[in-house]
Amino acid sequence: MPSTSKSSSKSKLILTTGNYASAEGAIAVGCRFFAGYPITPSSEIAHYMSRRLPQVGGSFIQMEDELASIVAVVGASYAGVKAMTATSGPGLSLMAETVGLGFMLEAPMVIVTVMRGGPSTGQPTKASQSDVMQTRYLSHGDYEMIVLAPATVQECYDFSIKAFNLAEKYRTPVIVATDGIVGQMMEPVSYHSNFEVITRKGPQVPPDKYQPFEVLDDDLVPGMATAGSEYNFYVTGLTHDNTGSPDMTPEREIELVKRLCDKIRRARPDINDWEEKYLEDAETVILSYGINSRGNPEAVAQARKKGHKVGYVRLKTIWPFPDELMERFGKLGVKKVLVTEMNYGQIIREVERFRHLGFSVSGLLVPTTIPFSPAFIYEGLMKEVNR
Amino acid sequence: MTTSNEVFVPDLDYPEDHPLHGRLNLNRFIFCPGCLIGTAITSITTCLVERGLTPKDYAIVSGIGCTGRSSGCFKAPAFHATHGRAIPFATGLKLANPDLEVFVLSGDGDLFAIGGNHFIHACRRNVEINVICNNNGIYGMTGGQCAPTTSIGDFTSTSPYGNIEPPFNLVSLAAAAGASFVARWPGYDTLRLRESIFKAMDNPGFSFIEVLAPCFTQYGRKNKRGDAVKMLEWLREMVVIDKNCPPHEAEYSHENQRIVCGEFVNNPREGFSEKIKKLRETAQSRKK
Repeated sequence: MPSTSKSSSKSKLILTTGNYASAEGAIAVGCRFFAGYPITPSSEIAHYMSRRLPQVGGSFIQMEDELASIVAVVGASYAGVKAMTATSGPGLSLMAETVGLGFMLEAPMVIVTVMRGGPSTGQPTKASQSDVMQTRYLSHGDYEMIVLAPATVQECYDFSIKAFNLAEKYRTPVIVATDGIVGQMMEPVSYHSNFEVITRKGPQVPPDKYQPFEVLDDDLVPGMATAGSEYNFYVTGLTHDNTGSPDMTPEREIELVKRLCDKIRRARPDINDWEEKYLEDAETVILSYGINSRGNPEAVAQARKKGHKVGYVRLKTIWPFPDELMERFGKLGVKKVLVTEMNYGQIIREVERFRHLGFSVSGLLVPTTIPFSPAFIYEGLMKEVNR
Repeated sequence: MTTSNEVFVPDLDYPEDHPLHGRLNLNRFIFCPGCLIGTAITSITTCLVERGLTPKDYAIVSGIGCTGRSSGCFKAPAFHATHGRAIPFATGLKLANPDLEVFVLSGDGDLFAIGGNHFIHACRRNVEINVICNNNGIYGMTGGQCAPTTSIGDFTSTSPYGNIEPPFNLVSLAAAAGASFVARWPGYDTLRLRESIFKAMDNPGFSFIEVLAPCFTQYGRKNKRGDAVKMLEWLREMVVIDKNCPPHEAEYSHENQRIVCGEFVNNPREGFSEKIKKLRETAQSRKK
């Protein structure tokens, strides 16, 4: 099993930005390699890493593009170092192919994407939530992506830590999807050390018995050897057998793809997290995530003051999609779900898959760069309540 | 999973008294008989063995294509990266573990078309990796398409009327981009190739060796160059060894029947990971 250690707690509040907090969280949990390419609004993560990583004995490298950045991260991961990159939509598009390599090689790695307006160059200096589907279906092929969505600067710090822990535990790429506002705004944040540090599972057998993709545990995660150790191994983006050798049989494709997906699907209870309020009696529930959820408490409080049975849910992990939350809606007898997104309708489609559980789904979907105000959410909520 | 119709594959290896015993996975040799990728693989391995290095001391990275499959032949930490990305993969490995001797062994299409940008930047950075390019002037694995190294007039699957694009001269390109060691050898000249590989390993920076490895399956057939042996003879007739040739004059021309081989740059300077090490000291001394 992955080794864990618990650090002692200390806490002081400092005022900083989400991007800096994302970077500091990574360093706190042991990230010692960053490769990146400048792109607004994520560049401050690279700025911070270029200053901090050498201080803690790590390596920062500004690569020639995002294609190179993400590959260098996979390389560093296979040298046994916790590694990350940070980018925004256009850069993430360029990283797509090698994120797929990350799944195939089962390389722990973290990507922070600071969402901005799109498509194409879009609105580089503004926020957006229009890349949540991009994060899910980034690369070609079948796989399960883990995506965390911080809504506060504190969560930028905390979710960086969680992202590395999940990446190491399940040997998989993990994306933290922030946005131009969360990334660049300042809030008080505690750089606490009250968290668990998970380190990847190493080889479980002697070098002469080792097969890089042999699974010996129920979690479907094979033990990972790294370069510079006594272990010889070959890893390839081709479909491979347990020894790493390319295997072009349909049987092997089925076996490998199922395992890669199932190791994440089965772990959903461990991965998925959300914040919920008033679900016990709510008939209408707002579902949102990231920066766009910040107006919910006020809008819902207003509506409840007027006697309406409303509540809200904020997804902290977007992917894998929390099916169990939808089941909870069904069990609690939620009648209406209002999905609010700063895009023209992405996560709402996931929620719509669960209409058979007895609730209607509607959306407050605006491809805007400005988060919804409490007044705007309240108005949309009341329309839904009275519908 | 064992099925009744499974083909028995013996675990091929050199005899126990052979220096390369246990160092290569010969079962993964998928190359055409007569292809020089094998000599590049054994040359690198021989140098590593002669230096007393064991697999914990090195790592091999390749991209995609015929030579891309070479990494699977090494019994060592070996990585088959995405197309064109072997060099940045190797860069990540090297920076994360500077003690590793890192080799990139990949093809001309992989390193100079889709991966060309990474090549020039790795030269400029002088990151301490050894890049061996198996240059066959064509895309072998994908079906004989035109490459950035295909000579003008040559026939390929995508230049049925003869190639109209001038090729890169890899030696000139590497030297101009700042590589601190640059050599070119025909793949059959393993003695000189090995000497250069040793020098590449000694060079504390980015080293580049172009290995000429004609592809008779794709290139030879389409250009009526005959079988593997005939193509080697054709290559040998073109090769001129010039020890004092400046890199920008290292001609590579099928038209002029002249390919200048030799070591063109050996200009050691401080490598990138060494610089990062110093940068850490600076950062730590300034830390509040």
